[in-house]
Amino acid sequence: MLIRPPVPPDLRSSEITPEALYLSRREWLTAAGLAVGAIAGATALLPRRSAAQQALGKPYGLQPDDKPTPWDDVTSYNNFYEFGTGKEDPAEQARGFRTRPWTVKVEGLVKKPGDYALEDFVKAGRVEDRIYRHRCVEAWSMVVPWRGIMLADVLKRAEPTPGATFVEFTTLYDPARMPGQRVPMLRWPYTEGLRLDEAMHPLTMLATGVYGRDLPNQNGAPLRLVVPWKYGFKGIKSIVRIRLTDRQPSTAWNDAAPDEYGFYSNVNPTVDHPRWSQAKERRIGEFLRRPTLMFNGYADQVASLYAGMDLRRNY
Amino acid sequence: MRRPPWWPWAVWIFVLVPGPLVLTALVSDFVLGTRWLGSNPVKEGELLLGQWTIKYLVAALAITPVRYILGWNWLQKYRRTFGLAAFFYGLTHFLWYALVDIQLDSGQLAEDLTKRTYIIVGFTALLVMLPLALTSTRAAIARLRHRWVALHRLVYVVPVLGIVHWWMSVKADVGPPAFYSAVFALLLGWRWWHARRETSGHATTSPTRSAA
Repeated sequence: MLIRPPVPPDLRSSEITPEALYLSRREWLTAAGLAVGAIAGATALLPRRSAAQQALGKPYGLQPDDKPTPWDDVTSYNNFYEFGTGKEDPAEQARGFRTRPWTVKVEGLVKKPGDYALEDFVKAGRVEDRIYRHRCVEAWSMVVPWRGIMLADVLKRAEPTPGATFVEFTTLYDPARMPGQRVPMLRWPYTEGLRLDEAMHPLTMLATGVYGRDLPNQNGAPLRLVVPWKYGFKGIKSIVRIRLTDRQPSTAWNDAAPDEYGFYSNVNPTVDHPRWSQAKERRIGEFLRRPTLMFNGYADQVASLYAGMDLRRNY
Repeated sequence: MRRPPWWPWAVWIFVLVPGPLVLTALVSDFVLGTRWLGSNPVKEGELLLGQWTIKYLVAALAITPVRYILGWNWLQKYRRTFGLAAFFYGLTHFLWYALVDIQLDSGQLAEDLTKRTYIIVGFTALLVMLPLALTSTRAAIARLRHRWVALHRLVYVVPVLGIVHWWMSVKADVGPPAFYSAVFALLLGWRWWHARRETSGHATTSPTRSAA
């Protein structure tokens, strides 16, 4: 006789822990309220939402079977070369990294440049919880409940001048605190960039937390970029400077291997990395691979940004 | 030094334990939810098997220099053991990639084996090891005689292909492949130096020669 286990076999115990651990009673109540709301009418963005997703934030572009990746994986499987190249190195090596006080400089082609303490910097926008898909260029993926503000709000506060067309981001440079920077495998400090319209897109976030808590250091504390339709390395971590400019910024991975990592780096299953296919991905926690979606599943929201562009050339 | 009594046991543990352990860890991680191989067990297991292939190759290629330098002739017997271990772990590394990683996606397999240089190089290393493994029996050695020695000189190509394969597959952290490059350079460099010394007439009393 076949005895069915009480939990679905694909549900790992580690998937259950984070919600119990990191949700306050208030958030549970909100979750319950939202769940009732979800019965009344699901949004077009998400056909079906689980209570867990509701509790962790508003889901964006999720598929019905997208479950938030367990906290243990989100916080132990990281690419953050400033703290080591192994996936589990950053959780170890960034442990003592101090992120307060932290100053973010906004400069370049803006009417109101300024140096902001992190606490003041985030006042530009409303802090919210959003669940996004996250696709690494290495063909693995996660579903991450981020907390943060829209980058657009920060840029609006700075008032870009009409000539501004690109945004450049820079990570802290401090080899004493970031041991990886003593090894010249990338050009330090790490820099990234977006076109201004990409930066102003409502999906583009500056994250200050995951799972409703402050960002762990290994995830890019205290402030990181999240652009869910692009490969993960575009999400620059531990940002200290945001500069508006009129030319395409040089970006760390593009600089290291221009034929492999483009400036755009939009998730695109039809354009392979020279060394591997991007058609499929392995979701962390799953054995079978999933097909990768165009723009990581955000095509409806962002495809228009690239209308008329040859995405094979602008990879 | 004479052969320590524990040596055969150490060899069998060294050769037989890692493979089954990695496989058990994979099954355990997905079925029981353990985290032996971390967050991405498929990738981690694949890397581990590749790294063990390299380690057995180091062991196999280290036997001859160590015999000459330290005079431990009893090591000779284990050269084949380590060579075969390298082949079987290389084969398992490839099967893991084909079955567990890309899950028999024939389209991707065909594409990888024709378009991705590092996969072509790695696969070539496996193909080079195949005839060496097949002719590793006592009977084959007896039958092939001096041609066996010539054929088995192919083994020197394997670490070169293996290292190129590894080096090309990493994104930025070339530390581990660089370390093993140095190890292989030492092992192959010693052979080159030793062969030159022998031909120029400085030969000393040395263990019976076979394919070094």
